[in-house]
Order: sequence, then C-alpha cells, then structure tokens
Amino acid sequence: MFDLKDLYQEVIVDHNRSPRNFGKLDDADYRAEGFNPLCGDRLNLYLKMDDDRIQDISFDGSGCAISVASASLMTEALKGKTRDEAEKVFHEFHDLVMDKKQGDMESLEHLGKLAALLGVKEYPARVKCATLCWHTMHSALEGYTTPVTTE
Amino acid sequence: MNNPIAEKLTTNIDSIDVNVIRADFPVLDQKVNGKPLVYLDNAATTQKPRQVIDTINEYYRRYNSNIHRGVHSLSEKATAAYEAARETIRDFINAPATQEIIFVRGATEGINLVAQSYGMTNLKTGDEIIISEMEHHSNIVPWQLLCERTGAVLRVIPINDDGELKLEAYQSLLGPKTKLVSIVHISNALGTINPVKQIVDLAHEHDALVLVDGAQATAHTGIDVQALDCDFYVFSGHKMFGPTGIGVLYGKTDLLNAMPPYQSGGDMIKMVTLEKTLFNELPYKFEAGTPHIAGVIGMGAAINYIKSIGLDNIAAYEHDLLDYASAAVSDIKGLKLVGTAKKKTSILSFTLGNIHAHDIGTILDHEGVAVRAGHHCAMPVMERFGIPATARASFALYNTREEVDTLVKALKKCKEIFG
Ligand SMILES: Cc1ncc(COP(=O)(O)O)c(C=O)c1O
Repeated sequence: MFDLKDLYQEVIVDHNRSPRNFGKLDDADYRAEGFNPLCGDRLNLYLKMDDDRIQDISFDGSGCAISVASASLMTEALKGKTRDEAEKVFHEFHDLVMDKKQGDMESLEHLGKLAALLGVKEYPARVKCATLCWHTMHSALEGYTTPVTTE
Repeated sequence: MNNPIAEKLTTNIDSIDVNVIRADFPVLDQKVNGKPLVYLDNAATTQKPRQVIDTINEYYRRYNSNIHRGVHSLSEKATAAYEAARETIRDFINAPATQEIIFVRGATEGINLVAQSYGMTNLKTGDEIIISEMEHHSNIVPWQLLCERTGAVLRVIPINDDGELKLEAYQSLLGPKTKLVSIVHISNALGTINPVKQIVDLAHEHDALVLVDGAQATAHTGIDVQALDCDFYVFSGHKMFGPTGIGVLYGKTDLLNAMPPYQSGGDMIKMVTLEKTLFNELPYKFEAGTPHIAGVIGMGAAINYIKSIGLDNIAAYEHDLLDYASAAVSDIKGLKLVGTAKKKTSILSFTLGNIHAHDIGTILDHEGVAVRAGHHCAMPVMERFGIPATARASFALYNTREEVDTLVKALKKCKEIFG
C-alpha cells in the first residue's frame, strides 16, 4: 500500500512550513494569477526578467501543502533559467506528474528536488495542486509581451 | 462524554440499533486504502439502504415502462408506483395536496424553477429578494441572475461568529420592497438550524413569499410545510438516502397555478395544436418530458425507510453523536470549529492549525475516513470567517462513536505529519 510519507515527504513539509521566495516582487516585470476554483487555492506569481533570463521570481497566495511546496520548489528551480530552459522544465515536470512518461534516471536527475512532488501521481485529485503554479508560470511566460498593469 | 473510547457499541439511544441499520447499507461494509470505510461525507450525499437499491432494481427488472401514457399493464404499474411515491412525499412533509409536489432534479432545480417561473413573471426593477450569508451557491446564483434580468436587488442577512442568522438585521431588511425571501433551513457548511417559522412569519407580515432550501434538513428533522407556512420548499433525494437526480419542489397551489411553465414538451400539456397549447394541470404542468421514474420510486422508498426508523429517533441519535464528536475534537489542539450555533445538526466544520483542508482530506482518506474538504459551495461563508476552506465531517444515522474515535485519531495523524 502507498505510504503517506511518499506524498508528504520531508522536502514538501519543509517548503510548506517555510516557503522560499514567498512574497511580492515590487519591481516585477510580469505577474500572473493562478486560481483553482475547485478548492479556492489562489496564487500570484511575480517574475523579474533580465532580457531572456528569469532574474528573480516569487509567489504569494494561499493553498494546500502540495501547492505551496510546489510553488516554492518551482521558484527555486527556475531562478536564473532562461525562458526556454524554464519551459523545458515545465514540460518535463508536467509529463511526469501527469504520468505521460515514465521517469527514467535521467529525467529524475534533471528535476532534482522537484522529484519530491511525484508522489501526487497516486492521488489523482491532488495532481492539480502540484501543477497550478507551473501553469501560472507558463501563462506568465506566454503573456511575456504583456507586462503587469501598474495597479 | 469526554472519554474517546466508547464503552459499548454506541447504543445508548435505545430506539436505534446502529448495527442493524449499518447492515442495511451495503456500501459501508468495505475497506478503503486497507482501512474500514468511515463515511463522514453525508452532507454531500448519503449512502443508500438496500431497501432503496432493491426498489429501484425491482422497477428496472420487473416493470420498467413509461408513465401516464401507456394503457398496458406495465405502464399502469409504473404510473401507480410513481404517483404513490408522490403521495408518500406529500405525507412526509405534510403538504395539503398531492399536486403541490413537483418532481425536479434536486434542490438546485427547484430553486431555479421558482426563480425562472415565479421570479421572471413577478419581479421588477427595485423589488428586493432576501437571502443570507450562509446560503449554498444554488441559493445565491439563481437570484443573482434573476436580479440581472429584472433589475431586482439582492439583500443579504448577515451571520454572527457562531454562524447564526442576525435576526434583527433580517427584520430591518424587510420592507415594502421585499418580494421574496429565500433561506436555507439547515446550513451545509455550518450545520446551523435556522428559525424558519419565525423567518416565514416575519416575511408574511410584509407580504413577501418565502422559499426554504431544505436540502440538508429532510434526513434529520421532521418537515411540516403547513406548520411552517412557507410558500415553497425544495429538497433532494440523494441527501436523504434516495437516488441522485431526483428532488422535490413543494409550492402552494395558488402560487403554482399562477406560475407559467418552466420547461415545455411532453406530459405537461393537455392539448397541442400547431397554433396553441393548453397546459396540463398541476403537478404535470411543471414536469415536462419523461421524468426520472426510477428516481421518484426510489425516493419514495427512501422516505419509507426514514419513516420506519422515525425522524425523532434519528434526530436524537445524531444529536448524541454530535455531542460526542464535538467533545472529542475539542481535545485536539489547534482545532477550531466553524459553526457553533446553539441549534445545529450533526455537521462538524473545522480548521486545524495551519493545515490546509485538502491535506487533511487526503490524510484522513488514507485512514479510510471520508470527509469533505473545501468551501462546500458556500464561498461567502468562508469569506465571512476569513478562511479559504474547512474540513467537514457530517454524520448520519449509521455512524458510530467508534467512527468518531477513528476520525480523532486520523486528525492527530495530520498534526504529526505537519508537526
Ligand atoms: C444547503 C444546500 N442547498 C442546496 C444544495 C444543492 O443540492 P443539489 O445539488 O442536490 O441540487 C445543497 C447540496 O449540497 C445544499 O447542501
């Protein structure tokens, strides 16, 4: 039987308790909002770009442990990456949690700490919690040419 | 009361033998994730006793047929069973006339029917509809849409920190512009039992009609629509041990007669020429098309099941269980009940420290315990309490003190994991 510890791994509990890169980026170039109407999870993602490179990234909002830890781990993983590199990690991660692809050693190595999130595969109702931040990031990058409004 | 280890098997309410009742519900006898199922999501939908399952089974196996139109024996039998269920339901809520029982898909469709048919005909710019802060989305959105279309205005009764209606505020909202009050009988998110009779009387003093959303009420408390004097009452079969996809709108005859049809088609007409249609009488005017025949018959069986146990016995048993559960969870540090009304049914909605309701839901499921985690289709309630979500354990007559103990243990596990 599946062990809860595979879902709530140490890394996840830790990133939920003290999320990294948490808070608003005042000088963000781009912002996107992610919302899961099913559970009310809400998350804002802030990106500061240096040309094509993610110079800084942060998030705030509220959500379950999986969604907070996933966002926290994502910000760590993407800081310093170019847009293309970020998209590549997004697809790799997405395919693995959606079970589209078996994780081989190589792709798991690529993911690094993000691999801790793969436990959600056993909990179909929770996959969305892990992917919300990624979709938000993806749409922020897609809408790359539309800067956040200065509200 | 505080002792989490129940001394004997829960049978301190003599009139209910919970082991006998549990044997009626086949679904309860299974393991989930290797643990015995503890089903505490009854406010979302209740389980079905074999009496209901068998009745539906028998209909499909022995006399499935369309109603009100065949002259053959099967059709007559199906029609008789369908109409007998209507009478059973009339009796159950003490409606004056059988024609006042309209079959719909559920509480949601009942409310939509009234909003569309009554609302679109009778409301105009500046009229007011009163709802409350504790409504299910199904008793908010249809009125918002109606207001958009008619120019009527939605007013909202606030609730206090215990999750009770502020009745003084209600009284000051009532006035000559009030045309309709639509109020939940028992809140699915908080468990609060509202003083419906008082709400109806106050509304009637201002000549406003009252619709009562009884989705959470009919499995837990006796309903007498004549004593309440409400104008409309809606409820769903699946929350009272019956099938999904079937529910009831009760309305006073005069009102229903004056209302235009909601949907049109077969069965709701008396005569159709290509120029003009003569509508059928009540209740058929509101039942267009082939209805959910098995659902109606199954809902009748569910009511007979409830009657065989007795609502007073059910209420007493559940109340005892609620007291036991409230005391048991009060020992868990960091657990905060949301909804602490003086009068409430067996619903425990709560937050647990900083642990998100979804994580609680997953961990509990792992222990075999099924609860609901989220906003319970009552986002304004969550906003009122400044929380994104709660976990909710809702009990029915087949739940036991041992199951409450399992819940408590599983909640302690949540705390262990999140330290
Ligand atoms: C208070 C309340 N009203 C209305 C509804 C809607 O019932 P249904 O989905 O059966 O139409 C529910 C169901 O959750 C409810 O709890």
